[in-house]
Amino acid sequence: MRPIKSAKLKQTRFPRVAIAVRLAGFLLLLPGHLLSAQYVPIVSGAVGFFDSKNTGINFFQPVFAPVVVAPLGKHFLAESRFDLRGFYERKNGNSGPYQGSFFRSTQYLQLDYFAADKLTITAGRFLTPFGTYNERLTAIWIQKIQDAPLIFPIGTRTTGSSNGAMVRGALIAKPAFHVNYIGYFSASSNAPQFQAGRAAGYRFDLYLPNKRVEVGTSYGRFLQGTHNNSSGAHFWWQPYRFPLEVRSEYAHGAHAQGYWIESTYRLSQWRGPDSLFGRLEPVFRMQQTFRNSPGPGDGLPAADTKQVDFGLDYHLPHEVRLNSSYSRKLSATGNANIWDISLTYRFLFPMWRGHQ
Amino acid sequence: MKNIRSNSKYAVLPLAIFLLGSILTWAQVATSAQGAGRAPSAQHAKPAATNPGERAFQANCGRCHNPPEQLSPRVTGTVLRHMRERALLSPQDERDILKYLTP
Repeated sequence: MRPIKSAKLKQTRFPRVAIAVRLAGFLLLLPGHLLSAQYVPIVSGAVGFFDSKNTGINFFQPVFAPVVVAPLGKHFLAESRFDLRGFYERKNGNSGPYQGSFFRSTQYLQLDYFAADKLTITAGRFLTPFGTYNERLTAIWIQKIQDAPLIFPIGTRTTGSSNGAMVRGALIAKPAFHVNYIGYFSASSNAPQFQAGRAAGYRFDLYLPNKRVEVGTSYGRFLQGTHNNSSGAHFWWQPYRFPLEVRSEYAHGAHAQGYWIESTYRLSQWRGPDSLFGRLEPVFRMQQTFRNSPGPGDGLPAADTKQVDFGLDYHLPHEVRLNSSYSRKLSATGNANIWDISLTYRFLFPMWRGHQ
Repeated sequence: MKNIRSNSKYAVLPLAIFLLGSILTWAQVATSAQGAGRAPSAQHAKPAATNPGERAFQANCGRCHNPPEQLSPRVTGTVLRHMRERALLSPQDERDILKYLTP
């Protein structure tokens, strides 16, 4: 029995050792200029403190969201983002001592291969590319309003992240317009930190760089349990001449649909962006969801809902930002007032000194 | 049903506020366009740049976030490689922005 056991051990251990040796060799043989010069790996991200009051119940969340990016040679890039947060609220809703829980999640942990000018292949865990909010605006140092739009769960089930492969790039990249594409497939996983649903989908964008106008469409098919489709469209407009930003999305899911439209206007035209008033950025968002049929567990409001959000953000020096917002939710299941305030600090530094 | 009916009255309120906000925004834009004092900014209130790197930066990176206040020359390549994947930058845009950030 013993020789068989040791042979099994050899069979299982050898490939791991071989993979480790090859990986170490690959890292050691990386071109020297990519480990120095301008390609030193970075640690970026943000720390933040969020305070919310929803229908009279107060809760707060300290958040640490690090991003690690490391180029591996000329064609590879490893990148990841994690979210570590505490969630504290009173034991009995609005009375009693505060008690908390700790949550951690891997939002993406991916290896990118720049195969060609118009093709990047990604493998690992990545943000599900449905609509624009999930990929572009979920980072805590980017979002203008603390809470995600109501339709966010459409197309991003189950966790907003996918495990599998993705291809993306610019199908056409002319000075006047870009046509971008993304296609992905995700496998189902229940592993801790890596939960994902089995799904596939795509997104196409038409972007006019001279006007900073983008329109696009997304599609996703959920391929586990009851298969269903999600589709969406988005429109962004960010004119160069004045600091107005308009972003909007529409999404249609199996049991509900809805839209959000958000506009921000930084007051930087008054004495510049670094002046007392120039650091202010009012935000307005309007959103609505329509329930077509009951969809328990789909993360969307159980009844038709309208919500209006008023935000006021302040861009402090040294990458610190103060966001505040008031939201009024109107729904057949109950109206609500939501107050949010958050403070975030964005950081970025090299992992090591590197050569100048 | 009663709640839904009463809520539908409120639907006019956010729409009216949004329209009012848009009108006020346009009014301010029109006023500031007539006056001279437009302040330059890294991201906002800036006409399209003539430098290809700056133009590519404004057209891509600046759409989602402000530029970092300080960016070490040691990490600009890494940041741009990251943005190439995130923002679907073309290799030419990546080179232009790299040159713009670390002249």
